Amino acid sequence: MSDHLAHVADTTTTEPRTAGSRDNRLSGALVMALRVLLCLVFGLPLVFMIVSSFKPDTQIFADLASWSAFLPVGDVSLANYTGLMDRVPFVTFMVNSVFISVCTVVLGLLVNSMAAFALSRIEFRGQKVVLGIVLATLIVPFETMALPLLWWVNTIPYFDGSQGWLDTYAVQIIPFLANAFSIYLFYQYFDSIPKELDEAATVDGAGWFRIYRSIVMPLSGPAVATVAILTFLPAWNSYLWPLMVVQSESLRPVMVGIDYFKQATGSSGTAWGQIMAYATMITVPVLALFIGFQRAFINSIASSGVKG
Amino acid sequence: MSVVEAAEHTAPPVVRGRSHKRNKRSTSVALAMLVPAAVLMVVFLIIPIFLTFGLAFTNARLISPVPARFVGLDNFVRLFENETFWRSLLNTVVFTIVIVPVQSGLALGLALLVNAKVRGTNFFRTVYFLPVVTSMVVVSMLWLFMYQPDGLINVLLAKVGITGPDWLGDPNTALFAIIVLSIWQAVGFHMVIWLSGLQTIPGELYEAASIDGASKWQQFAHVTWPGLRQTSIFILITITIAAFSLFTQVNIMTQGGPLDSTSTLVYMAVFTGFQQQQTGYAAAISLVFFALVLTVSLIQRYLTRDKEAIR
Repeated sequence: MSDHLAHVADTTTTEPRTAGSRDNRLSGALVMALRVLLCLVFGLPLVFMIVSSFKPDTQIFADLASWSAFLPVGDVSLANYTGLMDRVPFVTFMVNSVFISVCTVVLGLLVNSMAAFALSRIEFRGQKVVLGIVLATLIVPFETMALPLLWWVNTIPYFDGSQGWLDTYAVQIIPFLANAFSIYLFYQYFDSIPKELDEAATVDGAGWFRIYRSIVMPLSGPAVATVAILTFLPAWNSYLWPLMVVQSESLRPVMVGIDYFKQATGSSGTAWGQIMAYATMITVPVLALFIGFQRAFINSIASSGVKG
Repeated sequence: MSVVEAAEHTAPPVVRGRSHKRNKRSTSVALAMLVPAAVLMVVFLIIPIFLTFGLAFTNARLISPVPARFVGLDNFVRLFENETFWRSLLNTVVFTIVIVPVQSGLALGLALLVNAKVRGTNFFRTVYFLPVVTSMVVVSMLWLFMYQPDGLINVLLAKVGITGPDWLGDPNTALFAIIVLSIWQAVGFHMVIWLSGLQTIPGELYEAASIDGASKWQQFAHVTWPGLRQTSIFILITITIAAFSLFTQVNIMTQGGPLDSTSTLVYMAVFTGFQQQQTGYAAAISLVFFALVLTVSLIQRYLTRDKEAIR
């Protein structure tokens, strides 16, 4: 799996080394030891989580003192997984999270790319002002206005005319569609696509929307991937907002489901085995996506920082 | 922030030789494409920002049959008399002051460790990055388990003869414990950003420095670090804002306790505005939070602009 991360390495600046000196070989070995140690620091807690999810609570604690804490040995079973299904409607939460994340990503891609296209390709009055406002909102963290937004979505009318958006799918999706950072990433990418293409298409009678749909978007694969990933992760991981806006169990996403386990107690205190099983089930899909699309993940994070 | 500057430089060129009619049509198409994003941003971002200012001076409640009333500075007076508020502000600032240098420094260290082209480098990068794709909710739950008095961390410490405290139950260690896991989760993210910054430094510079007899440290101080200036600004800003927004870890692991030792501004805003439904009061807290973020952003922007002028 490691080869997919090669992209960042492709252009890595290799520092010239004076080969063969004993000092260098010693420091090289030390550096490698440090790398391996850090691997344990970052990797072992996750291994511990996954391994523990298959063990009974008593065995988890008994295994702590030895390497078996990180190995699937002893009384390994799926008991925690079946047990937690009785405690929480896991499938419902999972379906909700997938639905909310997919809607947020797909609709967000559409809304933000269109806005960026208008700002990047079409000349109109007030363009710079609009772009300035979009960029100015980048420094406002969501948390600063989460509480006023909560009051606001509880005050404004819903689509059917009733008051308030609380306890819907819409309130978990729609407020997060338009995103200044996504618009900015698309804007930057669109600007790198030659404008001569537009003019050629215009001569052929294509309108702006045709140019957007048939020329610019098909050429913007990397930007689409970047925005999709940077939208998906916070949507999937969303916790504070659904905690406040959702009361019905049937609309809850997976991250809020973890709160069911706060008072969850098994035969010996907190049901840690079940908690680790739940944590594993809501993490593994994302880890699998990451390992499958590593290059795109790393590139999207890297590109979020390149221009500063 | 240089984001704004970069964007201003790349404004699209003026379209020449087009008829007035064409421009008029272009404008209407542009507006049509902008409308969805613009409406959403106004309704769910711009209005709530202004609402923060408005609501902070009212007694608005989340659910109330009585309309909100203007109460002047009452919320702020109450807030400034509240010890939990000062403790939360202090915790937020301490958390940020510790996280910003430690996390950015460790991330740079990791980036340098995995920048060299040697066998297995990509594997190491992948592993260091794994916590980033793990949600903070899961990370908090996992570390809550490991921080138990008889949990993994204390068992490991006992092996080397240290008796670990009740990390999250002791007011002296709780915030520190949260700092450690926060860094563990996010440091890989900034490692990748440092790496992308390192790639923008041309390899010839290192060759030249090497020919001039520069040591590894001199190469870092005179080639690597100056080349990372843009990256470091971005990293400072993102870590600072993320650190100010501390909430998830606190809500899952300690609920602000013990004795308010892990309460933060966002946690307090959620507690008062959501659990206690005091929207006006929570808006006042949000406003203080907003002022804090704005001040730091402006300071950082001022400092970076200054350096650009000197160049």
